[in-house]
Amino acid sequence: MSDVNYISGKEPHEKEYRLIFKNVDREGWDTSIDRYLQEGGYEMLKKSLGMEPKAVIAEVKTSGLRGRGGAGFPTGVKWGFIPPTNTKPVYLICNGDESEPGTFKDRYILHQDPHQLIEGMAISSFAVGAHIAYIYIREEFPEAAIILEKAIAEAHEKGFLGQNIQGSGFDLEIYVHRGAAAYICGEETGLIESLEGKRPYPRIKPPFFPAAMGLYMCPTIVNNVESLCHVVHILKMGGEEYVKLGTPRNSGTRILCVSGDVKNSGYFEVEVGKVTFRELLYDMCGGPKDGREFKAVIPGGSSSKILRCNESFKIGRGDDAKDLEFWDLPLDFDTLAAAGSMAGSGGVIVMDDSRKMSWVLNNITHFYAHESCGQCTPCREGSTWMRKISDRLANGTATPDDVDTLEEVAYQIDGKTICAFGEASAWPVEAMIDKYRDELIADTSEENRFRSEERVEQEKFLSKS
Amino acid sequence: MPKAQNIFRDDVKRLRPKLTVLEKNIASPVTPGSRFFPPFEITQELENKAASRIGQYPSEESRSAVLPLLHEVQHKFGFISLESIDWVAKRLNIEPIKVVEVVTFYPGFRQKAPGRLHVRVCRTLSCAMGGSHNLMDKLCAITGIDRAEADGHKDPISVSPCGNFSVEYAECLASCGTAPVCLVNDDFHEGITADKAADLLESYENA
Repeated sequence: MSDVNYISGKEPHEKEYRLIFKNVDREGWDTSIDRYLQEGGYEMLKKSLGMEPKAVIAEVKTSGLRGRGGAGFPTGVKWGFIPPTNTKPVYLICNGDESEPGTFKDRYILHQDPHQLIEGMAISSFAVGAHIAYIYIREEFPEAAIILEKAIAEAHEKGFLGQNIQGSGFDLEIYVHRGAAAYICGEETGLIESLEGKRPYPRIKPPFFPAAMGLYMCPTIVNNVESLCHVVHILKMGGEEYVKLGTPRNSGTRILCVSGDVKNSGYFEVEVGKVTFRELLYDMCGGPKDGREFKAVIPGGSSSKILRCNESFKIGRGDDAKDLEFWDLPLDFDTLAAAGSMAGSGGVIVMDDSRKMSWVLNNITHFYAHESCGQCTPCREGSTWMRKISDRLANGTATPDDVDTLEEVAYQIDGKTICAFGEASAWPVEAMIDKYRDELIADTSEENRFRSEERVEQEKFLSKS
Repeated sequence: MPKAQNIFRDDVKRLRPKLTVLEKNIASPVTPGSRFFPPFEITQELENKAASRIGQYPSEESRSAVLPLLHEVQHKFGFISLESIDWVAKRLNIEPIKVVEVVTFYPGFRQKAPGRLHVRVCRTLSCAMGGSHNLMDKLCAITGIDRAEADGHKDPISVSPCGNFSVEYAECLASCGTAPVCLVNDDFHEGITADKAADLLESYENA
């Protein structure tokens, strides 16, 4: 018994370009295979089975698809890393651990369009030569796990999975593997360890690149849910046609998830780089709440660096360089990287002028201190120190020196850990101090401390979470 | 070198009757919620489910089934008890410590009985901005839960005296656009501001 009404018939915004989310919130859509087949479902799987696997990989390379999980690594290139002399079995893993705060796109694909994902996985498995594929889904999606297992059984029945799929001689089994509420399982080598039944301590790269030494030390491809769904559309449109969507080097569409202090939060599928912050937050999300002004935006999940709404940036190099205001920045991988942040997983968190930055920082450091896996000392100890210092900043017992100490701790984590979690925990702190140092220091002065009742509230929260 | 023999709890007890470190740290203390969950028991149904989960992985890699098996146990018995750890270890032919390390790492596995209705409130940024701390306070006030002893790392779950309810802060439930959100057992609820807390619990009255 759940009160989620997933299929609500909400109309997409006119600036959207729906590819992956075509069926999300669509009137009369359901998760059954019959409904999916009515709209030409699994046709692309049939088409790909008639192609050479290499041709499928070439098509994905041509499309320029960049992984939608956070790092933005080209998917086709990743597939090409499997050693050509390999004789071991190859595995494909769908990363459905969606745990980056601010991101909620995979939830809707998994709950509303499971067959799109299964078709994408089947095509991708065929391309890389995998006969067993796993969907690693986070524990917090119990309903989605049931929906997926039902969808897999349906696909089996219709002959799209199992032995000798559609008479092509290609075999594939897909299994659902549930995680257990650990953020670090979103890191691909951590995910692999978790799938092997261990603590998800990420592996060191090199030598443990999953494409060569992944699950059970066999070549393994780990792709995000959204990336795998894009594969279906790349085959449908052809790589040449797909690359025309979006902007050069940032092809295709991507789903932006907006949350926080806006009038209408939600998800918007747009061509990459075709929408600026102004269009996204004012036109699509309806602007700030009444009587408020936008203050800051976290553009790609909580580990990306925060951007101030009144900043301007120098984008591009040499003669092409131009100054852009924050509001005119397009949301693509390269521009946001040039602005000192990242497009990450597409989770846009918006804060208005009612938010105290010390409180926001405190919430973020609590998250990373809780989720650090504890394998590397700088991250394990550092994330806890950052939490403790930010506790003091938030409840008004910090000294001005604490801001410097906090910054120092953050820079001691950055770049000194096995996986990218170190950066993920340090970047938000570094950026927050960089952009809001004055406000944080002002919070430490006697007159700016929280009023007593606010402080009591804060302390209650700090002791509990 | 002789192959290390699996040491199960019975053997440990026999060898060192006063060894309680493991029990102190791992054993699930009884909570008021315990009466809603059956004691751990190896049933045919559980064995069948275990066999089908183990079948998902290559035969020499059955350790992969640790998480799925623990999920089956937790779903039926409410939490992971010492007996169930032994069972999972025996079933997969691995040392119990390899199961213990998994149980103690993942926040998704509980080591004590929750209430009949276990509410997980999202604490992360977007939900916190949407008012999830107020929601938590309200839930505690309605159900009479005291969270003074709660600790996000070591003991995140607080159970009400009647055993009907328990609460816990969760990290990002991935629905930031509809904050604040929470999970009640396996059901997901979005847009639950503090004023809707009573209605939410009431809707489960006959469940």
